[in-house]
Amino acid sequence: MSGFLSRGFSGRRRLPPELAARVPPGQYVEQGFPVLTAGPTPKIEPDEWGLRIDGMVGEPREWTAADFRELPSETVPCDIHCVTKWSKLGTSFEGVSLDVLLADVEPLGAYAMAYSYGGYTTNLAIEDLTGGKAWVVSEHEGESLPREHGGPARLLVPHLYFWKSAKWVAGLRVMDHDEPGFWEANGYHNRGDPWKEERYWND
Amino acid sequence: MPVAPRAPGRWQVATVASIEVQTPRVKSYRLQLPMWMPHLPGQHYDVRLTAPDGYVAQRSYSVASSPLDEREIELTIDCLADGEVSPYFHEVVEPGDQVEVRGPFASYFVWRGTEPAPVVLVGGGSGIVPLMAMLRHRRRTMPETPMRLVYSVRTAEDVLFADELGDDAILTFTREPPVGWTGHTGRLDAGLIGEAAAGAMTAYICGSNGFVETASQLLLDAGIKPEWIRTERFGPTG
Repeated sequence: MSGFLSRGFSGRRRLPPELAARVPPGQYVEQGFPVLTAGPTPKIEPDEWGLRIDGMVGEPREWTAADFRELPSETVPCDIHCVTKWSKLGTSFEGVSLDVLLADVEPLGAYAMAYSYGGYTTNLAIEDLTGGKAWVVSEHEGESLPREHGGPARLLVPHLYFWKSAKWVAGLRVMDHDEPGFWEANGYHNRGDPWKEERYWND
Repeated sequence: MPVAPRAPGRWQVATVASIEVQTPRVKSYRLQLPMWMPHLPGQHYDVRLTAPDGYVAQRSYSVASSPLDEREIELTIDCLADGEVSPYFHEVVEPGDQVEVRGPFASYFVWRGTEPAPVVLVGGGSGIVPLMAMLRHRRRTMPETPMRLVYSVRTAEDVLFADELGDDAILTFTREPPVGWTGHTGRLDAGLIGEAAAGAMTAYICGSNGFVETASQLLLDAGIKPEWIRTERFGPTG
């Protein structure tokens, strides 16, 4: 900290300590679920949606919407943190763990690029996608995931800033090297750990 | 003092040079920056407030000024009733006060002057702020580049930058037009977007999520390619 104090500032949205402990530095709690998207919202019919895992893998896999519904799904209670400063506490999603999806494909690289309908991309280390830390989800709080929040399905990686949880996810390309995705090429941090406040390039 | 690196991202203490009242709810703050660097029109700065016990609040605000205004930026801030940072600006900050900021950030919702023209800017309410940086900068650097602003606003009292909106701006009043107004009224529709976006190749839209959804659909219908429609949606921020 710089030691700088803002004259006359006391803070009027302070949280009780048990909630404050769940909010990363520089974040505030938002009750709603704001929408942030860099362009128009893609329209994907639920039955036309599908998921691929390809690139440097032993066995590329593709799931149709019907295949995906047959996979074991779980409810994921979580807090989410957007780099634009809001956090949403105590929400939940339902979907399939990346551990399940990656089980059969044998990733041969340590990195992945998530890619979406509409052209969005975001890069993640395989380490951040495995071990019960990432899911492909199609429901939010018991309802079908709304289109503006990434429906029919989005990635969910709640331990990183929410731009990593790619909306309208179409697949993952496994790579032997890391490269920046969309926001990572446009000024945002390569990994985006909210607890380390990794918002921008030089953080 | 060591030589300041010109990289974005370092916190610096800015000084409020002047405050301009735009509307009863919106004020523009001119900040002087010791480590200023030129921003791209559309970029934002982060603001950090610190209380005596170490409590911190941060928010992001778009820059409204042109990067030709050296060593300073203008942040235009809408006062949100249940907010924390915007009420502080409105109720406490005076010229001469100091504020911690860092930036400029994000390089997608920006106008570089190299995008296909004509350009159409569509702003709802305080969503005009980053678009104003684009409009102001284009007037000073590339006045021949066709760029048009569509500005949706509730009432005459809510119009920001009123004395700078010229022939390149089309307003629509959604609640109450000024007396004698003969222009557009009501929400964005195909007629208004068709008029403003005729021939447009690139679009920037900023406003609430509902506003951006409507505007982007109208612009897609008007024939602008999705990859040339850039949007910024403000959720509640304050």
